[in-house]
Amino acid sequence: MRNATGEHQNVVVFGGTSEIGLAIVTELVTAATRHVVLACRDTPAGETAAAALDLPSGCETHVVAWDATAVHTHADCVDTIVGIVGDLDIVVMAAGVLGSQAQFDDNPTDAGHAVAANMAGPVTTITAAARQMRTQRHGHIVVLSSVAGIRVRAANHVYGSTKAGLDAYAQGLADHLAGTGVNVTIVRPGFVTGRMTNGMKAAPFATTPAAVAVDTARAINRNQRIVHSPGILRWVFLILRHLPNTLWRRIPG
Amino acid sequence: MTDSRVVSGWGRTSPVSCRVHEVVAGDVGSVVVAAGGSGAGRGVLARGLGRSYGDAAQASGGDLIRLVDGGIDLDVSTGVVTVDAGTSLDELLRVSVPAGWFVPVTPGTRFVTVGGAIAADVHGKNHHRDGSFGGWVESFDMVLASGELVSVSPVSDPGLFWATVGGMGLTGVIVSARVRMIPVETSRMLVSTRRFGDLDSLMASMTERDDAFRYSVAWVDATVSGRRLGRGVVTWGEHATRDALSGRAGREPLSYAPSQRVGVPGVVGSVGVVRRWNAAAFSEAWFRKAPVSRDGEVQSIPAFFHPLDGVADWNRVYGRRGFVQYQFVVPDTAVDTVRQVLERVVVSKPADFLNVLKRFGAAGDGMLSFPMPGWTLTVDLPVVDGLGALLHELDDMVLSAGGRVYLAKDAHTTPAMITAGYLRLAEWRSVRDRVDPTRVFQSDLARRLAL
Ligand SMILES: Cc1cc2nc3c(=O)[nH]c(=O)nc-3n(C[C@H](O)[C@H](O)[C@H](O)COP(=O)(O)OP(=O)(O)OC[C@H]3O[C@@H](n4cnc5c(N)ncnc54)[C@H](O)[C@@H]3O)c2cc1C
Repeated sequence: MRNATGEHQNVVVFGGTSEIGLAIVTELVTAATRHVVLACRDTPAGETAAAALDLPSGCETHVVAWDATAVHTHADCVDTIVGIVGDLDIVVMAAGVLGSQAQFDDNPTDAGHAVAANMAGPVTTITAAARQMRTQRHGHIVVLSSVAGIRVRAANHVYGSTKAGLDAYAQGLADHLAGTGVNVTIVRPGFVTGRMTNGMKAAPFATTPAAVAVDTARAINRNQRIVHSPGILRWVFLILRHLPNTLWRRIPG
Repeated sequence: MTDSRVVSGWGRTSPVSCRVHEVVAGDVGSVVVAAGGSGAGRGVLARGLGRSYGDAAQASGGDLIRLVDGGIDLDVSTGVVTVDAGTSLDELLRVSVPAGWFVPVTPGTRFVTVGGAIAADVHGKNHHRDGSFGGWVESFDMVLASGELVSVSPVSDPGLFWATVGGMGLTGVIVSARVRMIPVETSRMLVSTRRFGDLDSLMASMTERDDAFRYSVAWVDATVSGRRLGRGVVTWGEHATRDALSGRAGREPLSYAPSQRVGVPGVVGSVGVVRRWNAAAFSEAWFRKAPVSRDGEVQSIPAFFHPLDGVADWNRVYGRRGFVQYQFVVPDTAVDTVRQVLERVVVSKPADFLNVLKRFGAAGDGMLSFPMPGWTLTVDLPVVDGLGALLHELDDMVLSAGGRVYLAKDAHTTPAMITAGYLRLAEWRSVRDRVDPTRVFQSDLARRLAL
């Protein structure tokens, strides 16, 4: 259960080895936290990540196998986690693959896999978590979206469209859950330096996993539905979204 | 009547939605069995008047039972009352005081139910003399997880009796109780007041004078530090005897009809948000207005026991995020912990002005009852960023002094703190597992603290 001061007793991250996901865990953990669950495909990497977390005494970590593309296993996986932690307080969906547009162009099957990993898997898992939270009548779902989904760019339009889809799903879910005591926060980071973007040229307003985690934790505490990180991107994309397409197409990147 | 409602504790910190069943005692069994058998596992729980501060009287997604009967059957010759558990102490006092009987223990509000008073084993200003509420209960009837109605006394089933006294509703639903009242000659109190400029002299005086009075409590200032840390006002009281009263009070010695009733939305002068500066201003004025020393003052029961009941909805003044009432007890030897906690609270500068200090007497037999011999301090802390960390820090101080926090007030602590503070928890669990093996009864408090 979440306590009176907004501390969560358990935090579950899908895509448990994601840098942003782990940074969010670090930001949310307090002396009240009893369980951290990292659900990921690469469980040895999950164990390593779990061991590296700085947790208060009495807080247990659990690494659970979860493959984003194996959608038929997701409902059971959520049940397994409920069996470990009890009521789900906070679920963070941090899974996602970036891929490269060139790779997708050469190998269309990879594009289909990216859609499965970034959209079909997260939607299945979040829907299962939402079902559990609806009976609990409390809980918070955090969805890592991206500014790339606000207006999809040619340079990464497969990735961007998966995020656009996930973002739209999460907004609809938030409305669907209104009045049930369950809340949804959608996080739209800009360019995040880290493993996922290694070797890429940083975009303007580039940020870090730690900074995104701070913004996310604040948005959760205030129960904000959508948060851009850094915050200025909200205004930048308000403008970009309304650019005529002839101009938009020419923006480099 | 059943409907879905958003409920919270008195501190208004964690509102959740539950199905609320308003039922007569005879229907409790069927509600318990139906909800327990539904398989959703979200729990059933009795709820009184919701005066516990945290999440003790709610079960998110579950079923709450509110008892509507308010029967009071007082034997005026013996002072034993048979009372429905949903009856409030307010209703009970309105019947009993004019007949010359007072409740054996009253918390700082009379808007609590008899069921809630037993389930939290509440204490009052007379704890050092009379112990807590459960010690005055001869027996009660309760509905178990099976739906069965049983009568329980300390003789018939001491395990279940003392697991239910202080058991926070987790062993079953109490539907009625037999309680021993105490005789009074009048409805007035004779009060002695002393003001102290620092914590040491205040505590020394309580230690010295408490034994001479049935009731005793101190208000301490948590807005000043340094030499004045813990300055405050102690009030001691006795029920006035008939010959101590004169004038109108003497002619109608047992008259008792407080104007404030529960549920009546009162008009509060100004419901603002308490900020630090007005907490400091309030504390200063409160301190200055108290006499340095006064004896033999006559006060009414509401003025002496329930001053806050005169202010409707005062719990809203702390704003949207609500507040936590932190109450702990530490052994007599841990006077320093009281000072350290107070210092820490003053330094963190929350807008806090209702701070109560009291010396407890011997502990009762309730397995999860809060009181134990020593000092108990209560501070109101509005929820602001950083409060969580402060509360864990206070917990650590209390724990290392061998103390514990009060479940009826708690809204933030950890299972580890409860295991360390409540040494009879394992014994309590074994009784709970006997009467409710499948955990039909649940609360958010129980889930949070893994009781
Ligand atoms: C202004 C104020 C001052 C207070 N001062 C004091 C004080 O001086 N000393 C003190 O000890 N406490 C004090 N309290 C706390 C209060 O006395 C307790 O929380 C009490 O339990 C509240 O009773 P309630 O009827 O409102 O119960 P609720 O808050 O509704 O419920 C409290 C617990 O009792 C259980 N319960 C309620 N009814 C039943 C039943 N019929 N059968 C089984 N379980 C039941 C609930 O499940 C829950 O766990 C104060 C509270 C306030 C608001």
